[in-house]
Formats: sequence, C-alpha cells, structure tokens
Amino acid sequence: MLQGTSVISLFLLLPLCGALLAWLIPDNRRRPLVLPLFSLLHLSMTALLVIDTPPPSPQGWINLDSLGKLNLISISTLFTVCSIYSVGYLQYRQERSNRTLCMSLLVCLSAMSLVSVSHNLGLLWIALEATTVTMAPLIYFNRNARSIEATWKYLLICSVGIAIALLGLFFLAYSTIVAKQDVTLLLGSLIEDAPHLHAVWRHAAFIFLLVGFGTKMGLAPLHTWKPDAYGEAPGLVGALLAGGLCNCAFLALLRVYQIAVASTEAYLFQEVLLVMGLISMAFAAVFMVRQNDFKRMLAYSSVKHVGIMVIGLGLGGQALYGALLHMLANALTKVVLFLAAGNIHRAYNSKSTEFVRGALRRTPWSGALFLAAFLAINGSPPFVPFISEFIIINSAFVQGNFLTAGLFLLLLAIIFIGMASSVLPVVMGRIPAGLPATSYRDTPHTIVAPLVLMCVILVLGLWIPQPLHNLLREAAGLLRGGT
Amino acid sequence: MTLLADQLLVLSLLINFVVLGTSRIAFAVRAVAVQGILLGVLPALVHPFSWHLVGIVCGILLAKGIIIPWMIMGAIKKAEIKRELEPFIGYTSTLVLGAVFTSLAFMFAAKLPLAPEHSGLIFVPASIATLLCGFLVLMSRRKAISQVIGYLVMENGIFIFGLLLANAMPVMVEAGALLDLLVGVFVMGIVINNINREFSSLDTSRLNTLREE
Repeated sequence: MLQGTSVISLFLLLPLCGALLAWLIPDNRRRPLVLPLFSLLHLSMTALLVIDTPPPSPQGWINLDSLGKLNLISISTLFTVCSIYSVGYLQYRQERSNRTLCMSLLVCLSAMSLVSVSHNLGLLWIALEATTVTMAPLIYFNRNARSIEATWKYLLICSVGIAIALLGLFFLAYSTIVAKQDVTLLLGSLIEDAPHLHAVWRHAAFIFLLVGFGTKMGLAPLHTWKPDAYGEAPGLVGALLAGGLCNCAFLALLRVYQIAVASTEAYLFQEVLLVMGLISMAFAAVFMVRQNDFKRMLAYSSVKHVGIMVIGLGLGGQALYGALLHMLANALTKVVLFLAAGNIHRAYNSKSTEFVRGALRRTPWSGALFLAAFLAINGSPPFVPFISEFIIINSAFVQGNFLTAGLFLLLLAIIFIGMASSVLPVVMGRIPAGLPATSYRDTPHTIVAPLVLMCVILVLGLWIPQPLHNLLREAAGLLRGGT
Repeated sequence: MTLLADQLLVLSLLINFVVLGTSRIAFAVRAVAVQGILLGVLPALVHPFSWHLVGIVCGILLAKGIIIPWMIMGAIKKAEIKRELEPFIGYTSTLVLGAVFTSLAFMFAAKLPLAPEHSGLIFVPASIATLLCGFLVLMSRRKAISQVIGYLVMENGIFIFGLLLANAMPVMVEAGALLDLLVGVFVMGIVINNINREFSSLDTSRLNTLREE
C-alpha cells in the first residue's frame, strides 16, 4: 500500500510522463492520442483521491482539502473533455507540428493539479507561475502576427501580475516576523495566526495579493490581456484558459480569503471584492454590446463570470456556496462555448460576426451547442449556472444588500441582451452569399465530448448529487473560517 | 555590515536610474546584471552563515548575474538592435518620474514597521522603488527587449524584499521561484525572436491590431 504523499506525487508526475511520451512520439497523427490517454488516467486518479483522500503530508505542504477537491474535479473534467476534442481538432491542423502543444498541455495539467493540492502558499505561487509560462506556447499555436501579439501581452501582463502576488506573499511572511512568530507560508498556520499578524503588513499583503491574483483571473480593470489571448488562441486552449487557469487563480484568491476571514480585516476585504466584481461585470457589459468577434465576446463573458464569483465571495454567508458552485458551473459551460466556437471558427474560417451567420445550417451540432451553452452561461434555467447565480442574488437580497443585488441584475440583463445580439445571428442568421466553402464539417470527434459535457451541465442544473452538495458545503464552511 | 548592505542598496537604486536614462539596450542589460550580482551578495551581509545561504547566494548570482543577461544578449544579437529610439515617454521625463517614485517609496516604507533585527536597513524602500522603476521602464518603452528589462528590474525589486526572508524561506520555494523566473525569461526570449521574424522589428507599438473598434 502506498503512502498518502507518494500517491499524490505519482498523481502529479503522471501528466509529466505523458509530456515526455508526447515528446518521444515522432508521428504527428498519433501523438495527440497521448492526451486522452493521460487525461483519463488523471480523471480516474482524481476520482480515487476525492473518494479516498490521503492524509496531509508530514510538513503540511501537500493537503487535499475540499476546496482543492472542487478545483481538481473541475480541471480534470474539463481537461478530459478538451483532450478528447483535441484528437479530432488536431486532425484538421496536420499542417503544423503539435508536439509543443501536447507537451505544454500536459505540463500545464500537472501544474494545475499542484495548485489544487498545495497548502504552502509559496508552492502554490510557483505552480501558478508555471501554468502562466506553459500557456504561452499554447496561445501562440497559430503562429501568425495576431497570435504573437496576444501571446506577448498575455505573457508580460500575467508575469507582472504574478510577480506582484509574490511581493504580497513576502509581505505576508514578513508580517509573521514582525509579529515575532516563526516565519511560515503554510496556510494552516497563517489562518491560525491571522489575527496576530502585524496589521499594516497584512493589509499591504492583501492588496498586493488581490491585484496579483486578480490579474491572473482577469478581474477588471486588470483584464486587458484576456480578450486578445482568448480571441487568438485555438478554441481548446481558450477553454483551458477560461475554465482551468481562471479557477486556479480563483483558488489562490480563496486561500487569501481564508486568511482574510480569519483576521480582523474580513469586512474590508469583502467590500473590495464586491466592488471589483461589480466593476468586472460593468466592463463586460460595456464591451459585450456590439462586439463583432465572437471569441473576444467569450473573453468578456469570462470577465463577467470571474466578477460573479468574486461578488459571491464579497457577500459571504450563503453566497459562498453559490460562488463555489459557480466556479464549477462556469468552467464547464465555458468549455462547451469555446469548443463550439472553435468548430464554428473552423467551419467559416472567420470569427467576425459579419461573415459568420447561420451556423445552425453549416454546422448544426456546433451551432446548437453554442446556442445552448450561450443560454446556460447567461443563467437561463434549467442549467446549473442559473442555480449558482440565483443563490448569489438571493443571498444579496437576504442580507439586505439591495444595491449590489440591483446592479447585479441590471448588468446581467444588459450582458444577456448584448451577447444575444451577437450570438443569435451567428447561430440562426442566413449564411451570407459568396462565402468560401471550408473543409470542416461536424464529426463525432469534435462534437461528442462537448455534447456530453452539455448534458452534465443540464443534469447538474436539475439535480445536484448529494456527495457534490456535501463537498460544496464543506468547502463553503472552510471559507467561513472553519477548519 | 549593515552599513555596507545599505550602501549596496543605494548602489542598486542608482542602477535603476542608469536603466531609466540609457537608450543603449546592451548597456541596460549589463546594468541589470550588475544589480543582480549586488542582490546575490546582499544576503551574505545581513544573515549569519549557513549552507542554505550559500546556496541562495550562488543561485542568485548564477541566474541573475550570468544566465539571464546571457539569454537577453543572445536575443539582442539575433534581432540586431542597439538602441531604444523613440520611447513612449522621453528619457528626461522617465528620470524625473523615477525620482518621484523613489521618494514616494521612501515615504510609503516609513509607514511599514521593520522587525528589530532589520531596523535601520533600507530594504523596504529600495524594494518598492526598484519595483516602481521597473514598472516605469515596462510602460514607457516600445521595444520588446526593453520591456523585458523593465520586468527584470521589477523582479529584482521583489527579490530585494525577499532577501529579508532569505534565511526563513524553505529552499524549495526559493529554488522554484528562481527556476520559474529563468523559464519565464527563456520563453520571453523565444517570443521576442518570433516578434522580430514576424514584424521585422521589435517595436511593440506595431502590436496594435487587437483592440476594440
């Protein structure tokens, strides 16, 4: 029987072995098969770890708690879907080598898993920075002028953001020195000592950490890299950025939140989160209207949804459950949106809403999926984002925070209308005359994985299984300062 | 010893101004390398001897003093550029702004109390001032390589603060942070080469096709 820590090390090494294998395989057609193989292994190991959780490592660096489990479930699921899709997608992209793509994807999976299990903030930072760097070659997959521009902006802005977060971590560690305690970046001890840490340093640390992780999450006004990166990256990379990377940065923010709640500054931190969340939604609303690039539109939708998650955190109480459910719901729905958008992009060879019309005729399955996921992401029942957004709004009303609730509803409505005015013509309109034909047609390879995921989103909207409900409640309890 | 440490920190603050004021890119890279070497020496002056510390000193010297400057010099040779010709903000203005930022950093740092064993050291203001100057370089320059130099100055600022914690941080975290920095700069170098090939120039103001209409 293996020790707990070695199971987790094995779990983290697994995708790296996959990356090595992808490097060794010379055949461009067979290489993508490594992705589903290792992602399915990863998914099954995730299931094992969630059911039978190993005890924390002796020094407490590695500890899979319920927040980490939630993140792990969402990234492993979405990575599996993306990897199955990628086999079909890469068949259309045989003109260029996919070696770097396959390797970066798997290394990124390992780094994202490390983010989920690490309870040492320094280790968590290293893993998060690793995800930033490994994503850069993925955004540059198309190798043209536009994608290099997007990669450069992404790399520079996110590197700066994550560097600022490192300074925040240093401040936090230094506040323990000033408070005459043992220096530590272990989450458990920081939460325990939070009330005794030196207030000024702790305060500065929270600000820097919020700015740093906020940049990585893409909270407005720190989101400027997002539309470019999401717009130029291939659909499956966009899915991974919007679902996986966003959630990892959110998890990092949740760790900071845990410390903030345990300290005396919880109220101030929550107020700041509320304001940033509403600003993000407002930015999304402004740029979503009349957006004529449907992939950039998805980026603004992502800005909106990180805003919603952060508002959930800011409200606290019941809304925490909603925020965590939304983290899962948003990740899954975004994957369907991006994969369907990728298919439509391929079928029209354009992502401008002027030319892309009538996707339901040219690519019936992708068009339908895009429409369904559009409805889901904007909180239409009976999909799961409706449930999570409803819990957050409800909690705002219960707390008597009518200003937040009112603005939230107003912005939701504006965004829904703005997004509908772009999405509906793309899906339902008439195909423009004289549009060049392309070789892409919907095939099971590129449809089945997102379709299954869409069904999951529907089922979760109607019925949340008891184990998942318990996990969410336990995780929300952690955020309220429980242990 | 603390006096010497403070003098080195002042030297590293002066290097910020060298980077802010020069148009010659290779010169700026050398200045940043010298700053990296100063940073490598500093922990030896403020902390008692330990093998852990020796590792940190060697790691920083190797990464910041040798490998990173060498990688950037390679990128400069490939791109065949020597000067930053038209920065977004002129050199005189950035120098003045740098001075303003540095004094602001000293004012801000006066509000942050130091632990007794570090009292009298200017680590905190030096760190914040270097961070801000790096940010200034990043914002005001057009060439992609100059922006990377700005990022490195920023990183140096953060490391200056990290040196206060040098003895207390686990080796894993320090090594990981350095490694991430190395890989990050390596990837930036690759991207720079590609920008150069795609646009036949390293002017990032040409990277302007992606925006809202």
